[in-house]
Formats: sequence, C-alpha cells, structure tokens
Amino acid sequence: MSHSPETPTLVVDDLRTSFTTARGELKAVDGVSFSIHSGRTLGVVGESGSGKSATARSIMNLLPPGSSQSTGRVLLDGRDVRNLPRAESRHIWGVEASMVFQNPMTSLNPVMQVGRQISEGLRYHRRLPREAAMRRARELLEQVGIAEPDQRLREYPHQLSGGMRQRVMIAIALACEPKLLIADEPTTALDVTVQKQILDLLDRLRRQHRMAMILITHDLSVVAGRTDDVIVMYAGRVVERAPTLQLFTAMRHPYTKALFESIPKVAHPSHTRLQIIQGRPPDLAYLPPGCAFAPRCTHAQPQCLGESPSLSGSDASEHRYACFYPAGTAEGESALAGNRAAGQTAAGLALVNGPATAGGGAV
Amino acid sequence: MAGVGTAHLRPADEVLLQVTDLHVEYSAGRGRRVRAVSGVSFDMTEGETLGLVGESGCGKSTTARAVLQLPRPTSGRVVFDGVDLTTLRGEELRRVRAGLQMIFQDPIASLNPRREVRDIVREGLDIWPDHRYRAPENGRDESGGGDPGPSSPATDRVRAVLGSVGMDLDEVGNRRPHEFSGGQCQRICIARALALDPRVLICDEPVSALDVSIQAQILNLLEDLKELYGLTMLFIAHDLAVVKSISDRVCVMYLGRICEIGPTDAIFDDPAHPYSDALLSSIPQLDPGGGTEDEVLPGDPPSPFDVPSGCRFRTRCPRATELCAETVPELRAVSPGRFVACHFPLTASPPDAARHEGGATSTPSAATSSHP
Ligand SMILES: Nc1ncnc2c1ncn2[C@@H]1O[C@H](COP(=O)(O)OP(=O)(O)OP(=O)(O)O)[C@@H](O)[C@H]1O
Ligand SMILES: Nc1ncnc2c1ncn2[C@@H]1O[C@H](COP(=O)(O)OP(=O)(O)OP(=O)(O)O)[C@@H](O)[C@H]1O
Ligand code: SF4
Ligand SMILES: [Mg+2]
Ligand SMILES: [Mg+2]
Repeated sequence: MSHSPETPTLVVDDLRTSFTTARGELKAVDGVSFSIHSGRTLGVVGESGSGKSATARSIMNLLPPGSSQSTGRVLLDGRDVRNLPRAESRHIWGVEASMVFQNPMTSLNPVMQVGRQISEGLRYHRRLPREAAMRRARELLEQVGIAEPDQRLREYPHQLSGGMRQRVMIAIALACEPKLLIADEPTTALDVTVQKQILDLLDRLRRQHRMAMILITHDLSVVAGRTDDVIVMYAGRVVERAPTLQLFTAMRHPYTKALFESIPKVAHPSHTRLQIIQGRPPDLAYLPPGCAFAPRCTHAQPQCLGESPSLSGSDASEHRYACFYPAGTAEGESALAGNRAAGQTAAGLALVNGPATAGGGAV
Repeated sequence: MAGVGTAHLRPADEVLLQVTDLHVEYSAGRGRRVRAVSGVSFDMTEGETLGLVGESGCGKSTTARAVLQLPRPTSGRVVFDGVDLTTLRGEELRRVRAGLQMIFQDPIASLNPRREVRDIVREGLDIWPDHRYRAPENGRDESGGGDPGPSSPATDRVRAVLGSVGMDLDEVGNRRPHEFSGGQCQRICIARALALDPRVLICDEPVSALDVSIQAQILNLLEDLKELYGLTMLFIAHDLAVVKSISDRVCVMYLGRICEIGPTDAIFDDPAHPYSDALLSSIPQLDPGGGTEDEVLPGDPPSPFDVPSGCRFRTRCPRATELCAETVPELRAVSPGRFVACHFPLTASPPDAARHEGGATSTPSAATSSHP
C-alpha cells in the first residue's frame, strides 16, 4: 500500500476461496487484494467468520483439499507461489512464509514434546544438527518469555497453559526467520504484559530482518499501536483499507464505525451497557444482492440493496472504502439523517434512539 | 499457616459457591511438581460475577477446572449450594455438576469434531431430559426468519440458545466444528454451556475469539441472564476492559496465589497490589502509534517448579524488602470489601515512606492499618 518502488514481499490479487458445504457453495473469500512491503505490518480486522483465517490459509496453501476451491494470484517476492511443484514449495511454506495459527491446541502435535516441535523445521529446512536445533529452540522459548525453558522443552502441549501454547506456536513460526509472518490472533491467550513483550519481539524482528507481517486480530488497540496499514473485512470482502493513522482519524465504512463503537472502554464504570450491531452476520452461502452489510447498516438506502459497492476513494489518498454512503461524508450523513427521521432504513432496520440492545432474545 | 488467608470470605450461608484453600499440583516428570494453585480461596453470592485476571500461566484455568473437579484438586474445599463437591463421586457428582457449566479456553479443542452442531448443543439436554428451565424456552431471535423447521422442546431450546449467540440453527445445525471460524466455534461452546440453564457459569476466556461487536452482544446477553435469572459467573479474561465491564468483583492472581480481591471499580481506579498496578498500567491504549517499548514489569516470570519464598511477586516487585522474602503476605482488608496480600500495598501512603520505614523491620500490620 505504500508507494515504494521495490517489489512487495507479498502480493495478493483477487483471491477467491469457497467451501463446499451441505447447503451449497460458501464464499469465504470473495475477491480480496492487497500487498505488503518488507518491514511493514498489515492489520486485518473484521467480523467473526468474515474470511480472515480463510484468506490466511489460502495464501499459505493450507486449505482442505477436497472441499475447497481457490483462485487468484499470490506472489511472494514477485514469484507466483500458487502453482509451484511440490519440491519447490516445500521450502517456502513454514520457512520463508510462516503462520501462527488461531487455535494453538489443535495446531500443535499433542503427542510430541515441545522442543521437538520447535526444532523440527530447523533440522529439516536449515539442516541444523540436533543439538544446535535444540539450543535454538531453547533460545526461542526464552525470547517468548517462557520460564524454565529446559523443562518446557521436554513437556507436551497439554502440560502448558493456554498462553504458553500460544507462545510455543509463535516460537515455531519464528524458528526459520521467515520473510513473511502471518499471525492469526497471536496474543488472545496472553495477559497484557506478556502480550506487550511478544509484540515488541515481533516489532524487533520486523525491523532487524525486515520481516513483513500480517496481524489478524480482534484487538483494535493492537491494530492501533502495531500496524502500518489496516484492512477491514466483512462477508469475505475488504470493505475498508487505509494507513492505520488515517483509518483511526476518519472511519468511512459504517461497519468499521459500528465496530469501533462496540469496544468496551476501561474508562467506563463496570456494567456499562455495550453498543452492538443489530441483526445477524450474513449467511455466506446465500449472500443478499447489493452491499452485504445493508441489512444491518444504519445508512442503508435503496441503492445499497440492489448494487454492490466497490472499493474506491479519492485518488489523492490511500484510503479506500466500499460504500455508497460513507460516514463523515455529505451523502453518508444525509442518508443517516434521513433514515433516523423515517425511523428505519431502506432494508427495514428499525433505528432506535440511544444505545442498541442485544439482537438475541432472552434465553 | 493455611494458604494466603481467608479473611475475605463471606459467611458460608450467604454465598452460592465457596472455594477454600484450593491447592492443585501437577507432576511434571523426573520427580518435579508444578504448584499451579497454592491456597486460593474465593466465594460468589448468587447473581454475582467474579472476574479472574492474572499473568499467563498463573493458574486461572486450573482454578476454574478444579471447581468442577476436572481434575480433582490436590486439596481444598469447593462448596456449591451447601454441598462439598470434593466429597462427591460418580453419578452424584455428575448430577450436581449439571448446575455448573464451563466454557473452556480452547473452543475448537473442546468440541467433538465428529458431531454436528445441533447434537453438540443439545448433548446435555439429552442427558437431563427432565431438566426444568428457569428461563423461557421461546426466546427465538427475531431476526431469524425463515422456516422454523420441526419443533420439539429440545429443538426449541437449541434454536433459542444458538439464536442468542447470533447463530441460526437451520444455517449451522448440520455442520461440524471444523467448518467454522474460531469465533463461531467459541459461540457454539457458549450456546452449549447455556443450553442447560446453569446456576453457575465458569467462563475461561469466553470472548477472546470474537470481534468486538459480537463480543458486546455476548456480554450484554450474560448481563441479561444475570439480571433476569441470577446467573452466577466466574469470568476469566485477559482483556481487562471486558473484565471490568462484566464483573462485580475482581480477583487478581500471580503465580498460583491471589494478590488482591475486591469491588471492580475500586481495583481499577486504584490498584493496591504492585502486580495489579503493573498489570493495569500495561493496558494498551486505542491510539495509533501508541506502541511503546518501556518495560512495566521488569525481570522474567519465576518458575512454577521452584517458586520464590515469601511473596511470590517479590522477584519483580519494585517495593520488595527482606520481609517479603521471609513472610508470605496474607490477604488483609485495606478498605471495606477490599483485600490485598502485600506487605507494602500501594494504598494512600506514599510509596517512598512505605519503602523506607518498611525495610526488614516493619511489621505487616503497621503497613496496612492506616486505612478506613
Ligand atoms: N473447512 C470449512 N468448511 C466449510 N466452511 C468453512 C470452513 N472453514 C471456514 N468456513 C467458513 O468460512 C467462513 C470464513 O471463516 P474464517 O475462518 O476465515 O473466519 P474468520 O474471519 O477467521 O473468523 P474468526 O474471527 O471468527 O476467526 C466462515 O463463515 C466459516 O464458517
Ligand atoms: N495437565 C497439566 N499437567 C502439568 N502441568 C500443567 C497442566 N495444566 C496446567 N499445568 C501448569 O500449571 C500452571 C498453570 O496453568 P493454567 O493453565 O492454570 O494457567 P492460566 O492462568 O490459565 O494461564 P493462561 O492465561 O495462559 O491460560 C502452568 O505452569 C502450566 O504449565
Ligand atoms: S451505506 Fe449502503 S453501501 Fe454503505 S455500508 Fe451501508 S448499506 Fe453498505
Ligand atoms: Mg479466524
Ligand atoms: Mg488458561
């Protein structure tokens, strides 16, 4: 996204991934494009189920073979890595490009000691002898802040706490010093002090080895403090994209804006009612025509129900959004004011005054 | 001396769940033992939410699982509604445990990969077919729409709980866990735990995989259940704003022990334990470019195989003196309802005074008695 002349570390172009399910084809990723230069961090935020992990898995060639289809281009250092012969791709995934998975327990091998899991890649890809690989594994555990690394190297995943497993995953991903790291919710199981330590470590590697990083996270303060650019996803598409600073000063897409309004604030007293987004996430097997956010959007107009907005913005800025009536623009604010006056949106969403209440009924 | 004190416990007949002097040790091979939880006591009145926070690996999940006897604690008592769970076996324990449900930390790993979502959520209902709900069964999500499909009390219940976490039974019912995203699996776990309408819900990082808008929906739902039906909750999370939002009281743990316990707003406004203070001052801010590199908590976490003597936080505490190495601080009241296990808490007295007069000669009571 920056105008650097060098080849980006990663280019993703019109990525589309779908899964075959009992209810038909589910479009998990629907035309996603972006690029990252070395030494930069791209934050990815968005609705649960919007295709963030599916995007990451598509890039990393990790989709379930039978039940998924994926098209689009993925360039690593300018090289198309989607259709490489096995012999060549073997030393790319997990080595040049590696990933921290969202679910440590299901991604770690439950019957293999932690030390072996970390050192395996080093022995296989970097041809390190056993001893040296173990020494490096120990060093990595220390870097991710795990006390008594010697003891932990001999333990199995179930003997570790949730946050320790997550840090073991990070150690595995960093072992071969990748050019590209995709970290899918890497700090959810960590307390704020350890989280800070891990993010500082990643920052350091980014600067020292010019590593490029994709940081998928629901933690918007992590996005604020640790990324250069951000993409916001909804229903398999990028709905907003901007340099981080710009996004935080002017959120244009109504989904982005609503998302930020749901954040609980430490400054508020406890039991403060939280703002939600009305309605339910869309069914990706039966996406409505038009803007996927329209049924839940407070700005929605008739146009939004029939036409699908594409990612656009003014040429002068790198800020892009897929919305006909963006927040903070004249069209957007008058659309919202009109809906408020009518008491509902074009999609029939009732606009209540004051904070919205939970969409689900009482249980 | 037993553990780190029980001064903070309320009379047994006023609380729904009381945990006293809980110890959990794991064997780590080669004769080594992890002292994961060492003398933890807390209680919850009906309808109360207790937030549990602390460093990664400090024993939060272990504490939560020990309440459910999964596995049984090494020692200590867990009294639920007048019954000590540590004395129950087999069928008896299972029956009582139906009233206590848990949302586990690793959502995907806790779902059976071979079962369909509808069966996962109704699991408990089939085991307890005559279970009576305090909550209405027709809490159908109004945005659900479409054909409601075949109906039975159990199906209605499954539909209602899935609806309350923002999922539609017809859409997700016959899919299996691996077909869902991290946050969707987490919501399935929440629905499963709520299906049986428990009296106590133990939540281990229940919203960590959710985007903030669905997180807000779930937190509001839990608040509603608490308001309407007096749901009692133990709520573990690393997101301190989330903990603050949902909890009536907060308990801060460090390396298997309680540092501090008391009313949420009081602790957040004015932490009294040096560890709580370090924790709360590391909360990341929501401003771009705000990532800094200054250390708030110096030093490395100590080993749980070989814990420091005295106060377990002393190796990283800016206020530590010899006394802290010699004597385990007990939980003592610093103000009504607030208890801190520290020889030199950060209460009104200026920190320098505490440190200087303190030293090895100060007595614990001298450092804490100056408060109302
Ligand atoms: N193997 C699969 N088979 C069928 N559907 C799948 C599969 N994996 C993911 N999906 C679906 O694809 C969509 C996108 O999932 P993905 O895991 O990418 O979401 P996400 O954005 O990472 O969400 P979260 O924040 O909850 O992790 C979801 O609706 C999910 O149900
Ligand atoms: N089954 C087990 N066998 C051996 N050791 C264990 C086992 N479960 C946990 N431990 C150890 O007990 C300690 C406490 O772990 P626990 O999972 O309770 O921490 P936690 O506070 O929940 O951490 P997190 O915030 O990272 O989830 C850790 O040192 C961990 O390695
Ligand atoms: S205003 Fe229209 S296009 Fe923009 S988000 Fe709302 S529904 Fe979509
Ligand atoms: Mg995901
Ligand atoms: Mg845990």
